Amino acid sequence: MNLQHTPLHDLCREAGGRMVPFAGWEMPLQFSGLLQEHQAVRQQVGMFDISHMGVLRLEGTNPKDTLQALVPTDLHRIGPGEACYTVLLNETGGILDDLVVYDLGTNKQDSQSLLIVINAACSETDTIWLKQHLQPAGIALSDAKKNGVLLALQGPQATKVLERLSGESLANLPRFGHRQVQFYNLGAKDPSSVFVARTGYTGEDGFELLLEAEAGRALWLQLLAEGVIPCGLGSRDTLRLEAAMHLYGQDMDINTTPFEAGLGWLVHLEMPAPFLGRTALEQQAEQGPIRRLVGLKLSGRAIARHGYPLLHNNNKVGEITSGTWSPSLGEAIALGYLPTALARIGNEVEVEIRGKNHPATVVKRPFYRRPSLS
Amino acid sequence: MAFQFPDQFRFADTHEYASLDGELVRVGISAFAVDQLGDIVFVDLPEVGDLLDRGTTFGSVESVKAVEDLHAPISGELVRINESVLSNPDELQNDPHGEGWLLLVRPADPAQLQDLMDAATYANKVAVESIN
Repeated sequence: MNLQHTPLHDLCREAGGRMVPFAGWEMPLQFSGLLQEHQAVRQQVGMFDISHMGVLRLEGTNPKDTLQALVPTDLHRIGPGEACYTVLLNETGGILDDLVVYDLGTNKQDSQSLLIVINAACSETDTIWLKQHLQPAGIALSDAKKNGVLLALQGPQATKVLERLSGESLANLPRFGHRQVQFYNLGAKDPSSVFVARTGYTGEDGFELLLEAEAGRALWLQLLAEGVIPCGLGSRDTLRLEAAMHLYGQDMDINTTPFEAGLGWLVHLEMPAPFLGRTALEQQAEQGPIRRLVGLKLSGRAIARHGYPLLHNNNKVGEITSGTWSPSLGEAIALGYLPTALARIGNEVEVEIRGKNHPATVVKRPFYRRPSLS
Repeated sequence: MAFQFPDQFRFADTHEYASLDGELVRVGISAFAVDQLGDIVFVDLPEVGDLLDRGTTFGSVESVKAVEDLHAPISGELVRINESVLSNPDELQNDPHGEGWLLLVRPADPAQLQDLMDAATYANKVAVESIN
């Protein structure tokens, strides 16, 4: 299979990126080293090429009302310039993908737009699913990224760096807020319009930027010159896992509901609007899910990886979905599913790692919380 | 990246090295293997007195990215393990050919060392692998 290249592919290689196949793309696994990149994002600032992700524009009369039929989160809680994290559900409440919905507001009379960012691996199936459900209601779907660049700038210094390069004040853009920012020095004669959102997948402050390919390449080089550390998929995974952010296809999939996956806070059953999976979720809300995603800490240094069995009294009771060595905590951490009765904080279970049983304790998620900003 | 491999070391296909140390053989993994693994967090080694069988698994090295089995480059009895690497995998990360050694083995047949690659052959092999 031919792997797709992002517009930053050659620049990633030049910056020392070790390229690996990922969801149909060739992407950097790491540059200077996973731990170094991880620390850069926690303590200073790092950047990720995430141009492999899907970005769709939904446009028409009240796209929010139409999309609402597919997601459990009340989309009317966000207004223009705001965004929210949510999931696409099927009829049984199973999760088809997770996504961020950005409200772009009204473009012209009777026409509003939303931007959604979806996983690369789900991009095709999501697009088909959304077209099938949204087009009959008159909502147009288009590729908002085209061959452009999606770049994540993450870390406590991200704001300062981006303010310096754009000449705009960004410190007061709230978390999950977004706006178009004009950059005057990204190579082109005319200023480049960049979609800037205060979102990310690292548990740290930062931004995600959507811009045209050439402008994106120029920005990548300017950020490098500013000392921003290029980061790969490896540190992206350790960072998101410390923040206990889910990885679709690993920590949740079509067979898990938001309640099971610890994403009950996304389900707004108090809103009157119907959505796909609502009946199934109402039932589960009443009875309680039989299993839950939990955070685990292991006492040793061995890593509990995806698919490793979780044991209680030597019986298999669940499985690890993600696990890593947490550079910030200096401990092995994991996410996994346990029967609800065992899913209490402080409960002791075991993980079978290559034939040996290792003790693990159920702990609160997230594992890492950034120092508060103000 | 260019690696330096000590002349007296012999190397297995699976990137373990063996080096004669008096009557014993010191075993570890090459700087190339360590570089490929990335940040090492955990080393699992057998116990002193265990018998190693050439080519079979004797332990594992785990990095944040992946876990790799270790294969015995020669057969013999395990005389000592590097305890300090177990609690401090950084030693393996920073100095795989020196402080980060893993095992001391009494070889069943010292001539087995001759079946392994010499440093120059191994350097060529990893140069080819690094291109990819």
